[in-house]
Amino acid sequence: MATRAQTMLQALQGAFPDNDSIAPSLDLIQMEVAPEQLIEVAKELHDNPALSFRQLSDLCGVDYATYGCDEWATDTESMASYSRAVNTASTGSLTFSDGLELPVLDRPRFVVVYHLLSLDHNMRVRVRCAAGDDAMPVVPSVIPVWNNADWYEREAFDLYGILFDGHPDLRRILTDYGFIGHPFRKDFPLIGNVEMRYDSVKERVVYQPVSIEPRVLVPRVIRDDSRYLVDAAPGDSASDSASESASDPKK
Amino acid sequence: MPEIRNYTLNFGPQHPAAHGVLRLVLEMDGEVVERADPHIGLLHRGTEKLAESKPYNQTIGYMDRLDYVSMMCNEHGYVMAIEKLLGVEVPLRAQYIRVMFDEITRILNHLMWLGAHGLDIGAMTVFLYCFREREDLMDCYEAVSGARLHATYYRPGGVARDLPAQMPQYESSRFTSKSAAARLNERRQGSMLDFIDDFVQRFPGYVDEYETLLTDNRIWKQRTVGIGVVTPERALQLGFTGPMLRGSGIEWDLRKKQPYEVYDQLDFDIPVGTNGDSYDRYLVRIEEMRQSNRIIQQCVEWLRSNQGPVLTEDHKIAPPRRDEMKGDMESLIHHFKLFTEGFCLPEGEAYAAVEHPKGEFGCYLVSDGANKPYRLKVRAAGFPHLAALDEMARGHMLSDVVALIGTQDIVFGEIDR
Repeated sequence: MATRAQTMLQALQGAFPDNDSIAPSLDLIQMEVAPEQLIEVAKELHDNPALSFRQLSDLCGVDYATYGCDEWATDTESMASYSRAVNTASTGSLTFSDGLELPVLDRPRFVVVYHLLSLDHNMRVRVRCAAGDDAMPVVPSVIPVWNNADWYEREAFDLYGILFDGHPDLRRILTDYGFIGHPFRKDFPLIGNVEMRYDSVKERVVYQPVSIEPRVLVPRVIRDDSRYLVDAAPGDSASDSASESASDPKK
Repeated sequence: MPEIRNYTLNFGPQHPAAHGVLRLVLEMDGEVVERADPHIGLLHRGTEKLAESKPYNQTIGYMDRLDYVSMMCNEHGYVMAIEKLLGVEVPLRAQYIRVMFDEITRILNHLMWLGAHGLDIGAMTVFLYCFREREDLMDCYEAVSGARLHATYYRPGGVARDLPAQMPQYESSRFTSKSAAARLNERRQGSMLDFIDDFVQRFPGYVDEYETLLTDNRIWKQRTVGIGVVTPERALQLGFTGPMLRGSGIEWDLRKKQPYEVYDQLDFDIPVGTNGDSYDRYLVRIEEMRQSNRIIQQCVEWLRSNQGPVLTEDHKIAPPRRDEMKGDMESLIHHFKLFTEGFCLPEGEAYAAVEHPKGEFGCYLVSDGANKPYRLKVRAAGFPHLAALDEMARGHMLSDVVALIGTQDIVFGEIDR
């Protein structure tokens, strides 16, 4: 496995000498590509016999709007107890009426992630392509290179509103006919906007604003877990929380 | 002279042959399909978005409900993605249990597929036969997890509990007479492994029964041979995986090529088709059931003679035992933190894929260091298959569309997610 990954890493670096983002990531290789070069890179990945990524395993959008944000409002103990965490508007407790104030990002908000598989070399590569404009993210379509990108791109458009330049039929795919909004964006409420019911007077199905209350059962927290720091000094983590202070007795 | 126009036909979503909620808009020229436009999403529940709002362990149950006929394989893909990011070791016994249940799940899935596919294209009996065997396997699910379908059995770092020492038995009731219960209990006298072992002995005979009914059946062959032929090049280009890819003659199985758990220590073969038609895919799946049977047999043998933990001892990820929790402060803290907050994953991304009965089931996990996933993308095996329905159905008759939906082994839980 190690040698195979190394050979592929070298082959990729040889094929794209200008791209310095090619690096191993767990058991596969990751690279970043600008939208302008995507088609060119995709063709090379597909056609170059040393790479031969002939199958597109997966294509998906990611919205980085609230990356690294937690819902835990305070680090110290307080009298407000558990509910303190859920009083603020966060991605989990969002309703349609309150707009979520998204943090200012220093990088593009929408990223399209491609997982490619090379059957000849038994390797996977992850290609990340950040769509430049947050208000109107556009990425070229890779359907000419991998035909099965069709539905995946429709899905990414439907859920994230990412536009794929050159897609022949960019319709919604998973959401309802006439759906408004892009549900997987971080500023789209988890409970949705409308609900559907059968109206016995009108004798048809009607839409109405949602009646359920959003709630967060377990707040989103980010612990500075010392286990995951690469060069953490032992005993460094004692200050954070109860679980942190307990060093693992079984290890 | 009257104008000849194409006819647009709406198929489903409430049609027994649509295997769930597929709405298909077919453009017909007489009885020949000119274009098929599947409308999906009628079962879209936003599983991936829901996962973003829950601690990692609470999403395992949602995975069962993706492909609801191969529950544990879905869980496997998900927990493997978590384990990859955490870098946690899974105990060997848990790995064998997982492999065994993956293969039980594969048989469950293929039996469901065979029954439904047979029913769709006119073979009634095989459906009843398949469900007879599914019953035994679902009893295994129930014995080990308490649920016949949505097991929620796998955990990051192992499985929820060890195999039961005693196979649960039937009691007589309003629905089961005393004699019927006694007959059912005959095979359930020993441990669960005894029961599975007994099943494994019987199962090849059952597969022979299905084959007697179908493999040389004239009607079956007329309905499947030469229907939906996919060349190996197109299969790759269309993103096919699993039996759909192997039916087209490409030998690719993640269990062999990128072995996970203990698959590299087990002895099994990968069946490959030659013509890429529905009949070859049927043969591939039938042979896969026999191979799964072999794998289960090897797992049973190993599990009989090797005891050990089934869940990691790292209590940051897996809860401590109940009696430990009652008496030990440290364990109590771990227990409390795990069940109120869950565990945090290191920042990063992971893609884990398993050989699901339908193909490659992948989980792409993005973590920003929180106790909930930042983004979870499920790569459903059936999604690219159904996307290719248009290409496969062109030029075929309307009734062949039903055979194609059957041969693709479509389940909407995973396609719509």
